[in-house]
Amino acid sequence: MINLRRNKDLAAVEGRRIGLDNVMTALAFVLLLVIVVIPISMIIYNAFFHEGKFTFNLIVEQLTRSTTLSSMWNTIKIGGLVTLFGTIMGVFYAWLLGRSNIPGKKLMRSLFTIPYMFPPFLGAMAWDLLLNGRSGYLNRWMMQTFNLSSAPLNINTIWGIVFVEVSYYFPFVFMQVVSALERMDPTLEESARIAGAKQGTVIRTITLPLVVPAISAGALLILISSLAHFGVPAILGFSQGIFTLPTRIFAVISRSGGSFEGIRQAAALSILLVVVVALALLLQRKVLSSGGYDIIKGKSMRPTLINLRGARIPLFILALVTLAVIVMVPLIMIFLVGLVRAYGLPLIPANFTLANYTRILTTSGTLDSIKNSLILAISAGIISMTLGTLIAYVVQKIKPRGTGVLEILSVLPYSIPGTVLAIGVILAWSGSLGINLYNTLWIILVAYIARYLSFSMKTSSAALLQVHPSLEEAARTCGATHTESLKDITLPLIRPAMISGFFLIFLPAMREVTTSVLLYGPYTRTLGVQIYSLRDAGMMPQAAALGSVAIVLIIVINAIVNAITADRKGV
Amino acid sequence: MAYVRFENISVSYGDNQVLKNFSLSLEKNEIMCLVGPSGCGKTTLVRCLLGLTRPDEGEIYVDDKCLFSSKRRINVPAERRGIGIVFQDYAVWPHLTVKDNVAYPMRKQRMKKNEIDRRVKDVLKQVSMSEYINHLPGQLSGGQQQRVAIARALMSSDDLIVLDEPITNLDAKLRDQMLNEIRDIQRNIGTTIFYITHDQKAALHLGDQLAIMNGRGELVQIGSDEDIILRPKSRFIFEFIGVTNFIPLKLVNSEYKLDLGREMIPWPEQVPDTMAHGKPIEMGTRPNDITFDDASPIKAKVKRAVFLGSEYDYFIELGNMEIRLQQSTLDAALVGVAKEGSEVGLRFLNPHYYEAKRREA
Repeated sequence: MINLRRNKDLAAVEGRRIGLDNVMTALAFVLLLVIVVIPISMIIYNAFFHEGKFTFNLIVEQLTRSTTLSSMWNTIKIGGLVTLFGTIMGVFYAWLLGRSNIPGKKLMRSLFTIPYMFPPFLGAMAWDLLLNGRSGYLNRWMMQTFNLSSAPLNINTIWGIVFVEVSYYFPFVFMQVVSALERMDPTLEESARIAGAKQGTVIRTITLPLVVPAISAGALLILISSLAHFGVPAILGFSQGIFTLPTRIFAVISRSGGSFEGIRQAAALSILLVVVVALALLLQRKVLSSGGYDIIKGKSMRPTLINLRGARIPLFILALVTLAVIVMVPLIMIFLVGLVRAYGLPLIPANFTLANYTRILTTSGTLDSIKNSLILAISAGIISMTLGTLIAYVVQKIKPRGTGVLEILSVLPYSIPGTVLAIGVILAWSGSLGINLYNTLWIILVAYIARYLSFSMKTSSAALLQVHPSLEEAARTCGATHTESLKDITLPLIRPAMISGFFLIFLPAMREVTTSVLLYGPYTRTLGVQIYSLRDAGMMPQAAALGSVAIVLIIVINAIVNAITADRKGV
Repeated sequence: MAYVRFENISVSYGDNQVLKNFSLSLEKNEIMCLVGPSGCGKTTLVRCLLGLTRPDEGEIYVDDKCLFSSKRRINVPAERRGIGIVFQDYAVWPHLTVKDNVAYPMRKQRMKKNEIDRRVKDVLKQVSMSEYINHLPGQLSGGQQQRVAIARALMSSDDLIVLDEPITNLDAKLRDQMLNEIRDIQRNIGTTIFYITHDQKAALHLGDQLAIMNGRGELVQIGSDEDIILRPKSRFIFEFIGVTNFIPLKLVNSEYKLDLGREMIPWPEQVPDTMAHGKPIEMGTRPNDITFDDASPIKAKVKRAVFLGSEYDYFIELGNMEIRLQQSTLDAALVGVAKEGSEVGLRFLNPHYYEAKRREA
């Protein structure tokens, strides 16, 4: 190729050069094969083949167990309830903060998105500390004060799990609906008013129907996330024997001590979980395709605000109380328990000490977990960002045969629950294919890359769509080779999107538990895993202290990201 | 020999054959306008010339250099064709300053830095953009961005520049100004310009030669602007190039008559023998080829008159038809403006005869 370039006449002859496009396309297919196809195929193979023969036995065996059926039922029940309440809450607050004259809207709107970046399992820990059926601080206080013989509230129930998940998942609907309300053409509502409709009628017949697509998109995001969720049911449900499919899979693996039989059972359970999620995805496709409105404009407009009159202050107080309960209470709880000398002591200054912090910051295991998470989050961020952009380029610009397959493959891992992905990665990369990464950071990295690839692929795709093909073609006609046109034109233009893609991966990877809890080895604990195991070992104050370190890290990084992205908006 | 030659170019996208055996030649130092309706394959042809689309068959030459030949398996890559292009959306790189945009082709040719600086300054002066040298494209208007694109195209090549619908996004005034500027630049530098458009007005304004394509990607006529307007080779060209009126002619007792529905009026002009093939024919005429003449036996009623500054635009009821008539303001001052509702006599100059189109219900 290099020699041909030097000789102009030869280079003009066709068919002698391997085009950059072909190399990128081939690379995209190979990478997705390794990262996505192999782990998923391994699950299917192990769930349906026993000693080389096709069989339904494993699945049937699982389906006839009452534990499996109750986990499936719990998964569906929790998923359904979380979706229902999360959607109601999201729509209500979206409307309140997007369309009414409630005070302090702008600040409250950003406060309402905090739960979105807060790790739900830390929230579950906080609520467990407060409302645990036996030892919760709030429960004990209420029992003493009101002379009750048993705990009045118990968070370790299905309803407790639903409550905590709702408080972390409602922002999905909230954010979707707020932005739809913002981008809606206000003349649509004004025309209805002019036509003689009352305020209430306008909301019911115009506003709500127009944001239905946004509501259903957010609702199904909640449903899928909740079905696949591990952290909250693991922390709140284990002690009471409440299992969902993801936590059941974890229990099966950890009980079997990593034996192959346990992993095969987990593979069969994974298939069941995938079926449940796939049904939800089908539902999503059906709902989304039915609601195609185009009247929501891309640019922001000034919508008419609704005067709440007498309800203004009560609703404002309600919003503040909600914020306090879902954001402040868990946060304060984690920080306070991190300070307390021993778990169970009253939360008064006399019992406070910084010993937990010094202990976790001097214990090599804990420090290693922070280091591991940083290494993993940064490398997963960089690698997924690069691969995602490569795949996005192939899908958007080169459009080879099989583009659809490529697109589906890169988004697939995100629809697959993290637990299932972890099982696939264990089956694929712990020696059965000749490569053994088990107990190394590599196996976690591979899982992270698969899990977060779609994030960067989506942001890069959107950015590449904005780069009109003529920009690259203009560079070609100006004498730039294909590689040069990529380097000079396309990459600089999508760089902001690539950077935000990196942080979209980095932040969730920092606090990841679901896959790492199944993949960690003795020396490869991640931050999330370490918090989880400190708590599991009964070292509540230390777990809380590490949790507050994690929260501070996330807040600081988020602030940096916001500063960077705010800077870039000017360009 | 012609400077640019397309020989028997065929291109198809999947089952859709866009161009078939298309041939066209451009002379050196001329402005050739390729005109055709949207989607007729003009842009595809340009992309073939630039090396962005690979034709299925045919050959492309620029100045004796073969850029593409399906037979000899030659396909010079886009970056070594050395043709300047101004895309429809300008394709000015938004992240580079005006200077960097214009300097890009020379940087790719590994020119010396001070030479690049000198030429950038020169060319920006030529397109009157000197004061914007350090601006980003986002700070420029559409017309200014286009000048940057033209300057950049001039840096890619002094010899051949392709302009692909470059002025469609501009308002009417700016459009005229840009056309004049393109003309001036061409006079000053002597570049060969290949101008692609679906706007016949711009083509007439600019082109030394016009090549007209029909909707099926076929070349239907090449010629000067006068050729195209006064001697259109086919009904398609006649209709494509401006507003037209068609009035059916009927042969009654070997005499042609205007068929106005309710009545027939003898047609005073000679119909060429070539039309005597028995099929129904129509007389075609442009609005500015009709004049008022009270002596004419062809009577009509003025429905509406619109004053457009340089001319009056009339909607006239002729029998069961409505036709358009244009009268220059000068003419109107001389012979008077026809009142709405008044009866007028019409005289047709420079009539064209075509086979009648089948009227669709």
